[in-house]
Amino acid sequence: MSVLCRETLGMLSEYLDGELDEQLCAELERHMAECGDCRVVVDTLRKTVALYHTHGHRDVPADAKARLYAVLSLETGS
Amino acid sequence: MVERHSGTVYNLALRLMNNPQEAEEVLQETFISAYRALDRFEGRSKLGTWLYRIAYNAALMRLRKRRVPTSSIDEPLLTEDGEAMPRQLVDWTSLPDEILLSGELRGVLDEAVAKLSETLRGVFVLRDIEGLSTAETAAILDLTEANVKVRLHRARLALREQLTTYFAPTGRVGARGGAYVRAV
Ligand SMILES: [Zn+2]
Repeated sequence: MSVLCRETLGMLSEYLDGELDEQLCAELERHMAECGDCRVVVDTLRKTVALYHTHGHRDVPADAKARLYAVLSLETGS
Repeated sequence: MVERHSGTVYNLALRLMNNPQEAEEVLQETFISAYRALDRFEGRSKLGTWLYRIAYNAALMRLRKRRVPTSSIDEPLLTEDGEAMPRQLVDWTSLPDEILLSGELRGVLDEAVAKLSETLRGVFVLRDIEGLSTAETAAILDLTEANVKVRLHRARLALREQLTTYFAPTGRVGARGGAYVRAV
């Protein structure tokens, strides 16, 4: 990995979140166009974020929620 | 209040505690404390932010009481200037349907988050799993926004490494195949 790769790597989250300014964004994309390593990192990083976005949340189990309401009704009733 | 916010409280607690039982206890504690203190809620922050702070502090208290920390320090390798260097450069973005459609994926995702250090977990759950803004995450965790961004970036890189280990085509044989099966 080169110095450019390292710089690219440091900015990838901001890049994925659309927070990089236009000029940096263009520089980064220019580097990625010619660097296979950085392309793999950005693609797999994007995929990682997407997987958690879609599959990372766990619903409160129904029985846990029922118990929460039960505890709270005791609390507010007293 | 419960319907709207219990999901994020639960997910924050679950990821921090790594234990559904304790996550439920934190969930109950949070709402009980909140109901008791509701008349003191001054509306300077959003109700959600206030609740998530209560939850975060409740989880932290419990983590401190644990004698043996369960989190490992599986952060990415850092270079001298603090940049994280990727170790694995294999493309696995086209996951086969059998992984996406099975319960296996969730197991792998859960296990990878559990290996993050606590400081990265809180940021990652709130930002990338629960979708809160950088500003709100910073307010909940008592961090600067810059710090939230740095931690989020580190968390993502560390998770990318973990997922690569599981999902890279070459990672699906031999010893790693064992880990892969266990994660189901
Ligand atoms: Zn590069």
